Amino acid sequence: MARMAKSGAAAVSRLTWRRSFRKYWMLYCMLIPGVLWYLLFKYLPMGGIVIAFQKYPPFSGLQGIFNSKWVGLKNFEKFFKSVYAARLIRNSLVISLKKLVVCFPASIILAILLNAIPGVRYKKTIQTVSYLPHFLSTVVVCSIVRTVTSTDGGIINVIIKAFGGEPIFFIGSNDYFQSVLVVTELWKTIGWNSIVYLAAMTGIDPELYEAATVDGADWYHKIFHVTLPAIAPIVSLMFILRCGELLNAGFEQVFLLYSPSVYQTADIIDTYVYREGLVNLNYSYSTAVNLFKSVVAMVLVLGSNFFAKKLGQEGIW
Amino acid sequence: MKNVGRSEKCFIICAYILLALLAIVTIVPLISVVISSFVSSAEIARRGQFILWPEEWDVSSYAMLFRTDRLYSGYANTLFVTIVGTALSMMLTILTAYPLSKKQLRGRSALLGMVFFTMIFNAGMVPNYILVKELKLLNTRWALVLPYLCNTWNMLLMRNFFYAIPDALEEAAYLDGANQFQILLKIILPVSLPSIATIAMFYGVSFWNAWFPGVMYITDTRLVPIQNIMRSIIISATGQLEDMGLMIDDVRQQPNAHTLKCAAVVVSTLPILCVYPFIQKYFVKGVMVGSVKG
Repeated sequence: MARMAKSGAAAVSRLTWRRSFRKYWMLYCMLIPGVLWYLLFKYLPMGGIVIAFQKYPPFSGLQGIFNSKWVGLKNFEKFFKSVYAARLIRNSLVISLKKLVVCFPASIILAILLNAIPGVRYKKTIQTVSYLPHFLSTVVVCSIVRTVTSTDGGIINVIIKAFGGEPIFFIGSNDYFQSVLVVTELWKTIGWNSIVYLAAMTGIDPELYEAATVDGADWYHKIFHVTLPAIAPIVSLMFILRCGELLNAGFEQVFLLYSPSVYQTADIIDTYVYREGLVNLNYSYSTAVNLFKSVVAMVLVLGSNFFAKKLGQEGIW
Repeated sequence: MKNVGRSEKCFIICAYILLALLAIVTIVPLISVVISSFVSSAEIARRGQFILWPEEWDVSSYAMLFRTDRLYSGYANTLFVTIVGTALSMMLTILTAYPLSKKQLRGRSALLGMVFFTMIFNAGMVPNYILVKELKLLNTRWALVLPYLCNTWNMLLMRNFFYAIPDALEEAAYLDGANQFQILLKIILPVSLPSIATIAMFYGVSFWNAWFPGVMYITDTRLVPIQNIMRSIIISATGQLEDMGLMIDDVRQQPNAHTLKCAAVVVSTLPILCVYPFIQKYFVKGVMVGSVKG
């Protein structure tokens, strides 16, 4: 986007700073609150990252940042030598990869199905219903997960018992926890994420389908030779964007569902950062782990954006 | 469907069935929670934990919830955060997005770069916490509002909306001697009302649904937002529910814990469900614009 902005600016006559100020001083005034907000709430905390390289005592306030002892990379060493590093990175990656593999194609399939049916009212109804979970807060979604998987009275275990099975405590079991996360994510996002693909499909010329029918194409021919090629650019863009998010396994969702008995498969970098930082008050250590994650995440986003451009896509900026 | 072959008809029928299944799977958990919230403890004692359709609709768990002061303070806090937050967010977003939509403005690329960077790199939990603490915002409603005022994604979306407005519209007003502030107020805002409504709803829903800020910044029970109250009801064991004043001594009138939890979910979700039919199409429009131009 910055690139587009530059070419746009080159196309119009470029103003000098002085003339820009004289002509647009009111616009600059309008920007003041926004710039101050970004500096205060986004950039000032970045200065606080230095505590990752310090031994910052909690409750020491701002002075603490200036007075604390520097310890170099000790906090990072501590993290990578602990048993947590491997487990947290593995869980974060595995959970988000599982979500990617299941949820990403699901939205595309949903969009294809919605695009295939002729009934407009039916289509609208299905869309309205499938977008609904997107509007529910993560707390509500996770509460619903807790109540429907509950071992006393939850609908899923009632069904299992009706078929003669033993009730399963899904969110308390290392075997099932990640699957619960994936299904929850699927339930919450499948409808909403299909919107972009449906939007791309509305741009397909209906004559293409008619021509395919005349040529004797079957429904799967139409999907593979008309629909999918038409949405391929947006699909690859969305895929690349998701890859940039690989370290985000869904902090709130995990936080709201996990418990110490499933840390083995459920604990991710963000939940660990929260526990170490705001519960155990190891501010410096927590910030170091957080910084490690932020840097890797930034590299992933920049890398995926780079690939998007390599593939001839627009990228996010 | 005249010209379609047999296998395609089959496919379309399958599509109908699959979509119906998806809708059912989406809606059943919600309905099951709503129904469970109306089952009386007497009926559970008689018929067992799971009841598909109650014989009598019982509202004692709702009565119990609405008897606690915490629920009202929760609603009040969340309403404050949602209304004040959305209003301030919109002001900040519009004031930032409008100048950034002007191609000729010097320094625009640098400012955009500064904004973009915050999308890909975040200071992290503890530095943000220290900032809010040092600003003396801990345990105030403002801690739930101020750090979340400007959402960069929404701001850029707003900017794209402004971008799409033809320049000619402004030129005319400019020649009539209007200044940029007047142009924004009298020309730009009226023509972009639908987009403003869209972004305002993005903010409104996210303020209403916010939960983690309450975990980080609020310990005073009178200031806890509704989402956090609901959360603590959901994870509580029966004993803790008593501490919250949610259980009473008279066992016969006591709602079942599961029922009470389901009622808590309904109570905190109902406002969103009420506005959902009205805001849905705006949201979809916002996503579409974002996907085309983002």
